[in-house]
Amino acid sequence: MKAVVTVMLKAGVLDPQGKAIGQALAGLGFSGVGEVRAGKVIEIELTGTDPEAAKTQAEEMARKLLANTVIESFRVEVA
Amino acid sequence: MKAGIIVFPGINRERDMAIALERSAGKKPRMVWHRETDLSDLDLVVIPGGFSYGDYLRCGAMAAQSPIMAAIRGHAARGGHVLGVCNGFQILTEAGLLPGALLRNQGLRFLAMDCHLRVERADTDFTRHYQRGEVFRAPMAHGDGNYFADDATLDLLEGEGRVIFRYATPSGEVTPAANRNGSARNIAGIASANLRVLGLMPHPEDLVDPLMGGEDGKPLFDSITAALAA
Repeated sequence: MKAVVTVMLKAGVLDPQGKAIGQALAGLGFSGVGEVRAGKVIEIELTGTDPEAAKTQAEEMARKLLANTVIESFRVEVA
Repeated sequence: MKAGIIVFPGINRERDMAIALERSAGKKPRMVWHRETDLSDLDLVVIPGGFSYGDYLRCGAMAAQSPIMAAIRGHAARGGHVLGVCNGFQILTEAGLLPGALLRNQGLRFLAMDCHLRVERADTDFTRHYQRGEVFRAPMAHGDGNYFADDATLDLLEGEGRVIFRYATPSGEVTPAANRNGSARNIAGIASANLRVLGLMPHPEDLVDPLMGGEDGKPLFDSITAALAA
């Protein structure tokens, strides 16, 4: 089983990296590009077989380490 | 004063910090490896700058989970003094010992240059040898020094007088231009509610000897040495 944790800066927290990517996309000639936000994806292999328990465990990992909830939000998907 | 410097893998400013502490206190600080667990012999715990654990995940995130951290929390909970500089400040916020977080610098550039800090409080154990409103020069060298906290937290810090240093012009004006990394309200350094845990991004330890180009940072180390003299 694999948990995929997506960590993004919270809305309202300045994301200079996303901004720079947005400017670079505009520089490449892509039109219609609005706000760009950059985050990270962390994939965790889990040995358990219960998807609910895996999700709970991954959420705890996100709160304790993977995300800094002062500035970041996270989303967990289990597959 | 018995001081100790926490050494995490990837830290690189521990020797500069040791020089600054020894110059003020007259004795060498103890170097504490991150796997140690006992700090009960220390009056002052210092977390120096560098790139602990390669800045993996987030600056300071890995160090905040390391074995020594429980002892640092215990030291702070007992009312012990803790100083975190640069990566040390990032580690203190990641560990929850100071509020807020340090984001990537506004403008994304790593900033290696001198800045000027205005002393907002000269009645703390770390700042007694400065005057309130005094401006001193300090080198900075960081990619993630953009102090962030939500408005409620910033208001709380201001209300409780816990903003200790702000980025300012050499004449002491707190301006956006003096705030190169984009920190909220020009905040360069904050303290815990009991004023005994201090974190700041710039490096006062790098200006403690005329041979380094100045002694602007020495009053900080003289202050804490005097406060903890025993």
